[in-house]
Amino acid sequence: MDLFNFKKPEHFFVTGEPMIYMADVLIVLTMLGIVFVLTYYKKWRWLWDEWLTTVDHKKIGIMYLISAVLMLFRGGVDAVLMRTQLALPNLKFLNAQHYNEIFTTHGTIMIIFMAMPFIFGLMNIAVPLQIGARDVAFPALNALSFWLFAAGALLFNISFVIGGSPDAGWTSYTPLAGNELDPGPGENYYLLGLQISGIGTLMSGINFLVTILKMRAPGMKLMKMPMFTWSTLITSIIIIFAFPVLTVALALLTMDRLFGAHFFTIAGDGMPMLWANLFWIWGHPEVYIVILPAFGIFSEVISTFARKRLFGYSAMVYSMVAISALSFVVWVHHFFTMGSGPWINSLFSITTMLISIPTGVKIFNWLFTLYKGRIRFTTPMLWTLAFIPTFLVGGITGVMLASAPADYQYHNSYFLISHFHYTLIGGTVFACFAGLIYWWPKMFGFKLNERLGKWSFWIFIIGFNLCFIPMYLIGLKGMPRRIYTYPAGLGWGTWNMIETIGAYLMGIGFAIFVYCIIYSIRHGERDTTGDPWDGRTLEWSTSSPAPEYNFARIPQVNEIDAFWYRKRNKAMKVEESKPLKPIHMPNKTGLPVILSIFMFIAGFGFVFEWHLIGIIGLLGVLGCLAWRSLHEDKGFYIPVDIIQQTEAKWKKVSARGKSITS
Amino acid sequence: MANPSQVDTSKPLEYQSEDGKLKILGIWAFLGAEIVLFATLFATYLSLHGQTAGGPTSQDLFEVKEFMIETILLLTSSFTCGLAVMEMRKGSKKGYLCWMLVTLLLGLGFLVMEINEFATYVSEGAGLSRSAFLSAFFALVGTHGAHVTLGIGWVLLVLYQVYKQGFTPVTARKAFITGLYWHFLDVVWIFIFTAVYLLGMVS
Repeated sequence: MDLFNFKKPEHFFVTGEPMIYMADVLIVLTMLGIVFVLTYYKKWRWLWDEWLTTVDHKKIGIMYLISAVLMLFRGGVDAVLMRTQLALPNLKFLNAQHYNEIFTTHGTIMIIFMAMPFIFGLMNIAVPLQIGARDVAFPALNALSFWLFAAGALLFNISFVIGGSPDAGWTSYTPLAGNELDPGPGENYYLLGLQISGIGTLMSGINFLVTILKMRAPGMKLMKMPMFTWSTLITSIIIIFAFPVLTVALALLTMDRLFGAHFFTIAGDGMPMLWANLFWIWGHPEVYIVILPAFGIFSEVISTFARKRLFGYSAMVYSMVAISALSFVVWVHHFFTMGSGPWINSLFSITTMLISIPTGVKIFNWLFTLYKGRIRFTTPMLWTLAFIPTFLVGGITGVMLASAPADYQYHNSYFLISHFHYTLIGGTVFACFAGLIYWWPKMFGFKLNERLGKWSFWIFIIGFNLCFIPMYLIGLKGMPRRIYTYPAGLGWGTWNMIETIGAYLMGIGFAIFVYCIIYSIRHGERDTTGDPWDGRTLEWSTSSPAPEYNFARIPQVNEIDAFWYRKRNKAMKVEESKPLKPIHMPNKTGLPVILSIFMFIAGFGFVFEWHLIGIIGLLGVLGCLAWRSLHEDKGFYIPVDIIQQTEAKWKKVSARGKSITS
Repeated sequence: MANPSQVDTSKPLEYQSEDGKLKILGIWAFLGAEIVLFATLFATYLSLHGQTAGGPTSQDLFEVKEFMIETILLLTSSFTCGLAVMEMRKGSKKGYLCWMLVTLLLGLGFLVMEINEFATYVSEGAGLSRSAFLSAFFALVGTHGAHVTLGIGWVLLVLYQVYKQGFTPVTARKAFITGLYWHFLDVVWIFIFTAVYLLGMVS
């Protein structure tokens, strides 16, 4: 290890691909555009004060969601490029290396930098409001979680123009991802980008655990919490137990690559399969980290739009607990074919199949909630109704894959690809759309246009099935994953073309969704009441968007679906007669941004093995931590008259809104 | 964020504010995560223990005297740390500061011995890149050592604040939390002592 080595790799800026040059130009133009707009409209101060230094969970949630939608775009472009290359046999649109890079970044970005921030964004928006709290337990730490995620995501994403993208798959299996077979900065980007954002995720897990356990409104027993809050609590526990495994796995592979250690190498008696085990001990719980909150969102949406209390509330909770426990004991099913032997494979087959039981319980509970409900077919409800059959297909093919002997046939084929896209898109992505549209009025004070939303839903859903149903078929016909082209005459051509058409339709569906947002900013129906969907949980009891302090008076909870209960029992009036008190709030702080910049510098230094820069970055991080320890935030009080003004303004608008509608 | 200035005087100082309660629960959750982190490193070490690539084995390297002294230093530091927190509960700033300084000195002694141990191995040609066994050894024991190093820096910051401000719900909470962290490092060392050193001498 040479501290003063600043060797520049041969291709510091990636060259040779016209698409990359186009991306370079676009990146520079976008950045110039942003700088110009901010300067021209004198918005730098606003950006710093209102967003970069905020510790408000609602704003942090919005920043998570913006990042997630951007990453959905990036990951989606990767997907469309792959589908274009595979549309016909023997195409030369992408070469093998470029294809490898794109499937790697597609997978990594979609899981780590799209699904995770999407889920965290919605948790940030909804959970404190659902439990009647004024913020999360550690607001500054929450901001730090977001900025570390942003630093990791940025580091990972610049790889395709500076230094080269990782190309060993999102699972980064060794020895392929080791130094011998894959030198250069690409894999380092993967390791450090995930490491930095992973630390942020762990902090979020701790933050939400403490928030939910300690900050619920009086009367809200655990078994009276909204289902999305329950799913967040269980997810937080999974995060706390799973993410340190990723931290270690990434650190060990980084040591292999940067400092010549021998954990996963063939030389030096290392064990390449150790990586696969560690990766999936984290990786399988990780897929439940993104699916359980999705289940929570669907539960909220179904209950709201079927206008019924969720069927089998406690069964829903216990099945999530069972899923979270089982998620830690199934990891070997990702590599049945790697020779663990029949005993071990059988055991993991059984644990994997067991997961279908609590999941089945949940599916039936959703169906029974719908049964005899007065269903409203809003856009969030459409996404939710589409989820049930889609996830069922994904789940049942999962049980097929769980059978170890049969898996020898399915393994690494397009059958598997289709299976996990049916669960991850049909579960998580549908939930992200449903949740985003559902909580949109609470974030911004207006609804998204329903007509455009439904167009985007139908086009996306048709595209999705066109894209992935054929993958089951060609998977069974033997098409393996991760090949950049295939010869004609195998009977795969037509199906691949249909898949590509489906992928483009999904892209169009996404574009319509983005247009729907832009359209609704100007023309969306304003939400003056704070309760646009006739909601059931506490987030709908405050104004839209919610005031900085969330609730002027902390609500008293007596029932599941507390707000619904209150509306039916006219308990609102009693609460409003209670006197207002000054509200204590945390101060904003620039520290999370600054710390994350140092973390980014450290990551960038280690990616290129410029250790001095890496160490300077880490010292900066330590300095920030020490500064924070010496500067305790005492917070501030919002005085009663300000609260009264804010509340009166909402009440006035709300009353006007009611007189217009009635 | 809970209000740090609202206090309930029937509880120990560190639990008096809502903020203190939240942060103490947060640190317990963090220690839970740390347990998983070390468990992963232990699993890695135990998988790779025999993978010496013809290089030195644990029996060739470990010296009973060395690691026994390290162990005694760290275990004693945990004891003095416990005494310090008891002094804090009694409200004795001086008692806390004195016992914590003893704790830090013992920790520093442990650290010096460990660095010396690592340097000896490296000079004998048994460095990180010699074999998978040694990579895993340095990763596990080194991560613990890095935790002790960070812990010393952290405790120093807290000592400075207690020295300046005396015991308030905020400083008492910080003192209590650093105490928990220090005991945790001690618990991890007991496992390292058993799974790395004792097991390394017999097999």
